[in-house]
Amino acid sequence: MSVITIDKASRWYGNVVAVNGISMTVRPGVTGLLGPNGAGKTTLIALMSGFLAPSAGTVTLDGHPIWRHTDAYRSIGLVPERELSFGYLTGRELVLANAELHGLVDPGAAAQRALDVVEMSEPAARRIGTYSKGMRQRVKLASALVHDPAVLLLDEPFNGVDPRQRLHLMSLLRRMGAEGRTVLFSSHILEEVEQVARQIEVVVSGRHAASGDFGQIRRLMTDRPVQYVVVGDDDRGLAAALIAEPSVLSVSLRPAGGVDVSVSDFGAFAVRLPQVAQQRGIRILELTPTDESLESVFSYLVGAGR
Amino acid sequence: MNRTILRLSRQALLGRRRGIVLVLIPGVLLVLAVVVSALTSDPSVGYEAVANLGFTLALPLVTLLAATAVLGPEVDDGSIVYLLAKPVSRHVIALSKFVVAWAATMVFGALPLFAAGLVLDVGDPRRAAAWGVGAAVAGTAYTALFLGLAAFTRHAVVVGLLFALLWEGVLGSVLDGIRWVAIGAWGREVAAAISSAVPDQSMGLGYAVVAAVVVTVAALWFTGDRLRSFTLRGDE
Repeated sequence: MSVITIDKASRWYGNVVAVNGISMTVRPGVTGLLGPNGAGKTTLIALMSGFLAPSAGTVTLDGHPIWRHTDAYRSIGLVPERELSFGYLTGRELVLANAELHGLVDPGAAAQRALDVVEMSEPAARRIGTYSKGMRQRVKLASALVHDPAVLLLDEPFNGVDPRQRLHLMSLLRRMGAEGRTVLFSSHILEEVEQVARQIEVVVSGRHAASGDFGQIRRLMTDRPVQYVVVGDDDRGLAAALIAEPSVLSVSLRPAGGVDVSVSDFGAFAVRLPQVAQQRGIRILELTPTDESLESVFSYLVGAGR
Repeated sequence: MNRTILRLSRQALLGRRRGIVLVLIPGVLLVLAVVVSALTSDPSVGYEAVANLGFTLALPLVTLLAATAVLGPEVDDGSIVYLLAKPVSRHVIALSKFVVAWAATMVFGALPLFAAGLVLDVGDPRRAAAWGVGAAVAGTAYTALFLGLAAFTRHAVVVGLLFALLWEGVLGSVLDGIRWVAIGAWGREVAAAISSAVPDQSMGLGYAVVAAVVVTVAALWFTGDRLRSFTLRGDE
């Protein structure tokens, strides 16, 4: 059982802060590192895998610093987002080379076992250059698993993987977490993370925005105010009626027509909007959510975390 | 040394287009030697020119290609992370990559110079051997230096070319003092000690050998240390 501890870790490049004072503990089981692109997920994984020195704070594996400690790789398996460039090797040659580099007693057997786990035994004789994205991803995973590591770090492992292989990868990660390994993977898709991870760490703009199980994170995201544009045949009358509703936080008229509405309770608003419109004899022509993008969800979480 | 790294580096070196260029450069040198030798009956004619061309151009080029091929692309695209996420000493990785690049330098750099010398004047094998040994000494130091460059910068090929052609080639021929810090000059000094037919660099054999060893060891240590501090950067 291994634990990665990040304690007030920051990483900056000149004036750019990639990771800003993050503290988190990654324990056995599957942890999802969730955040939009550019949030600092790759930087965090680089810090955790010893491929980046923290500018401030510490990153340790079972109490020992990881940076410049090559022995740490005995218990770490890393699946970077970077593409494999060993196109001139076959899948088996790559996994075997990884097993040999770990100094395993029987590298051939270990390579075969890892290839079996990711269901890549059959295409393993082909050159990596001929593989699809999903196959490359699986052979990367086999390379990381070959020494049976206690810690598995994966950077965006589901990117470019087709749905069937994605399900397979997900069940694999769940199984590894259940076996007591410390598995951490990054993603920018909440639905992806909540299917695999019990524990979710949210990072936005290099900051630790939220932490908890998927239920807590989902609630944080759905409880936030939601913005809509409502267009009716009497915008001013509609605005006057809506501001009286407890589920509505604010309204404002749009110069080009329509009403901007900020809603605190989406469920109540969905019930009340048609009733109010009917009572006032107003026809609703259009109802559009304006901030359903993931970025706005994350921005809200950052604000909530302050 | 690590046998797996040796094997992977050899495949990286020979499995790419660079492998063809590695053969092409000494091939051109040998063809040139054959042409010069066929066109002249006096062995002293053209010998110096071909040897100089081989020493100042072909040797550093071959070494630069070999040293950057075993490390450069992996560092550039970050895929070296797959080798480095292992409990293997970074200095062992550096040494293993050096050995592969060094072997290529010997085969495609030093040996062709010796062969070209024999083609040009089969009656003076000592002179040919002198160029060969000088090239081996310079090639060893070049390999370590260029490997260090490949670990240090993405522009190792450009910096290496500037060093070999501008610093050692152009400036070295104008400014006499540069020979003290020019790997090519150290190799020539070693060659001059073997055959009097090779011009002396007047710096002393001891200095040339020690300087080559110091640069080789220091550059190898530096390469290992750079790999130990290898930083993985995301696309974000």
